[in-house]
Amino acid sequence: MDIVTKTIAWFGDPANWSGQSGIPARLAEHVGISAITLALAIAITLPIGLWIGHTGRGTRLAVGLANLGRAVPTLAVMGILVPFTAVIDPALGFTTYPTILAMLLLAAPSILVNAYAGIHEVDRDLVEAARGMGFREWQILGRVELPVALPVVLGGVRSAAVQVLATATLGAIFGFGGLGRFLVDGIAQRDTGQIWGGVVLVAALVLSSETGFALLGRRLTSRGLRAGAATAATSPAGA
Amino acid sequence: MEPDERALGNAAATVEFEHVTKRYDAGENGPGAVNDLSFVVPAGKICVLVGPSGCGKTTSLKMVNRLIEPTAGRILIDGRDISTEDPIGLRRRIGYVIQQTGLFPHQTIGENIAVVPRLLGWPASRQRERAEELLGIVGLDAARYRDRYPSQLSGGERQRVGVARALAADPPLMLMDEPFGAVDPIVREHLQNELLRVQADLAKTILFVTHDIDEAIKMGDLVAVMQNGGRLAQFAPPAELLARPASEFVARFVGADRGLKRMSLMRVRDLPLHAAVTARPGDDAADALRRITADPFPYLLLVDRSGAPIGWFDEAEIPATGTLSADAAVSMSPLFAPETTLKDALSMLLDNEVQAGIAVDRGGRVLGLVTDGDIAAAARPDGPAARPDAGA
Amino acid sequence: MLDWGWLADHLGAFADRTVQHLYLAAVGLVVGFAIAFALGLVAIRRRRSYPPIAGAAGILYTIPSLVLFAALVPITGLSLLTAEVPLVIYTQVIFIRNIVAGFDAVPADVLEAADGMGYARDQRLLRVELPLAVPLIVAGLRVASVSTIGLVTITGTLGDRFGGLGFFIFEGYSRGFATEIAAGAVGSMVLALVVDAVLVRVQRFLTPWTRPPALAAERLPADAATS
Repeated sequence: MDIVTKTIAWFGDPANWSGQSGIPARLAEHVGISAITLALAIAITLPIGLWIGHTGRGTRLAVGLANLGRAVPTLAVMGILVPFTAVIDPALGFTTYPTILAMLLLAAPSILVNAYAGIHEVDRDLVEAARGMGFREWQILGRVELPVALPVVLGGVRSAAVQVLATATLGAIFGFGGLGRFLVDGIAQRDTGQIWGGVVLVAALVLSSETGFALLGRRLTSRGLRAGAATAATSPAGA
Repeated sequence: MEPDERALGNAAATVEFEHVTKRYDAGENGPGAVNDLSFVVPAGKICVLVGPSGCGKTTSLKMVNRLIEPTAGRILIDGRDISTEDPIGLRRRIGYVIQQTGLFPHQTIGENIAVVPRLLGWPASRQRERAEELLGIVGLDAARYRDRYPSQLSGGERQRVGVARALAADPPLMLMDEPFGAVDPIVREHLQNELLRVQADLAKTILFVTHDIDEAIKMGDLVAVMQNGGRLAQFAPPAELLARPASEFVARFVGADRGLKRMSLMRVRDLPLHAAVTARPGDDAADALRRITADPFPYLLLVDRSGAPIGWFDEAEIPATGTLSADAAVSMSPLFAPETTLKDALSMLLDNEVQAGIAVDRGGRVLGLVTDGDIAAAARPDGPAARPDAGA
Repeated sequence: MLDWGWLADHLGAFADRTVQHLYLAAVGLVVGFAIAFALGLVAIRRRRSYPPIAGAAGILYTIPSLVLFAALVPITGLSLLTAEVPLVIYTQVIFIRNIVAGFDAVPADVLEAADGMGYARDQRLLRVELPLAVPLIVAGLRVASVSTIGLVTITGTLGDRFGGLGFFIFEGYSRGFATEIAAGAVGSMVLALVVDAVLVRVQRFLTPWTRPPALAAERLPADAATS
């Protein structure tokens, strides 16, 4: 009960809604950086994953790298990056750079693996048929493989999004802004309202991301495929 | 579970099916259903259940060790209704061999064979001895195989281990569900012969499921042909099955070549042999000529001191006077052992382009002659092959 | 870039924090495995309970780790319990999936043979199914160990009494000292790799039948030759 009243009180305090460390600013920071990073990760990784899935070349390398990426602990990745980024930029090198780089590094595996696996699992007869009808390779990929594989490919992006949001939260340990600040500062100040305010905000953000991608997946998936449209990967925690 | 020693010293059991029925949701003709099945397998016999897929033969087998429970009817082992027994104890007294072997991949061959003895609480030393003994029985060198894992064996070797495991607690009854269905034909033939050899010594009661009619005829003392819906189409010794199929279904299932199949069932010892006119080198030629003209088969067989054949004399080649010489005898006919099947015998005659072969005993002594006509006559439906006691 | 002298001066502290790191991870893994094994058995026995169990574990897994640690602070304080509960929760989805997959991977013919030879239900589970599930269970243990060892660093957010090697990441950040941060990070990763390598050995020891068949080469080429 104590938690509930303190959390409500925290949300009710107008001081928490204004300024650079207010809820809107932190939320904007969190969402903004996450969106940019995710977009960047998609732009870099998705084409590689699709290409590997279509050609079957570099499969082992991709799977190996992705598994490695998944096993790597987030905080340790940030920590290892610090000495390098600190040399480049003594100020932001301790905060923003390691966080964003870690977000990129940790988002990539889910996108890559699901893109590769989704395309790879498309019935080879279908591809044969398309080739037999005179599709060009890029047409096969764009018009046959990608639409069929879309639920799986999108599932990867969805996992990556949660991973990015979680990593951004963890960035607060390194003085990065965003909603994680409420958690880290709340613990430091033993401020229950602030902690749970942060918990509610991050949870809401993760939940909206999950629902958003689920809805997007539904809209983009051909109705003929919907019965089997399940996401292949679960989202990993920000570890 | 106390160790059940009743199984030991109990060489073979009688198995009776009494109006056994099994229904599944698919109805009485659905796959695996069994309908009012009744038959008796006498102790020490191999009974083969054969039929097309889905005919209920495997269902019938699995009802014996209660992996499947019948909807109606009873199964008796040595007169005892198995439904009154604890299924776990029952299964430990029945050997079970399946097509995919079901060997435990995490246990060595020795441990695999000793599975049931271990369940029965035998002392470890006895388990080990038994495993080694059984490896010998199924033709595998105990020292080489005992400590290997199943993944290190070939399919045929694994199947032998499967048979050894089923024999481990010396069960009076063995159930074999397509035991040789997953190995190649050459290995299968080999394993079949091995099992018949083992069975000649152990004389277990064996229920054997197969979809291969040739295997059924070769392995079975009795064959139960089943048709869809788990109905018994015919229950008879193989020879009778071939000679007098009870229905159109059985005739078709047995195949158009059942005359040839009968020939592989019959052996030279089952035929009435012609006495051969024999003589030894140095015998009086005139006397031999006189004897041969009195015989409908105008050939003289020259044999040595021990009675083993040397070669033929055509009537025209026997000198009118003097003695017979081994050098003058012409080429030999094929020699048949009493165990040679008529199919093999006929094949040898055809290969050698002759009409008669010589049956000899283990010591190589002449027993008599077999002609292609004799073989053809024997293979006819009303021939001696049709007699129930003629087979195997 | 790095201050090697500092590292040399703090080897003792590193050893202490390594031990703490292993302790925090081990408690989470042991408790997590015990819970997951019970849930896994339930899922195997009652198949319909598997989707909800796995689904719930999967949802918990998506909670960002810092959120879970932070959320517990007002409830259980800066205590060992606050450090361990999230570690246990994050192992669940990995363990449960691998335990169920491990039991599912036992070949049907092996189960049929076991039944046919008269194994009672519990005997079959313990002596046949469990040993055969070990490879996949240990595979799950490896993933869970690597993941948990990584997560232990985040317990440093609960103060100096926790964090294992992650302590150096937190302390290094507060002092603006890159060497210390990197040392804690690299140390925790090396620890994960070492534990993983140890578990590979453990699995080989536990499941000798999965070793490459060294004897196969001397096997006689044809079946006929052995009889």
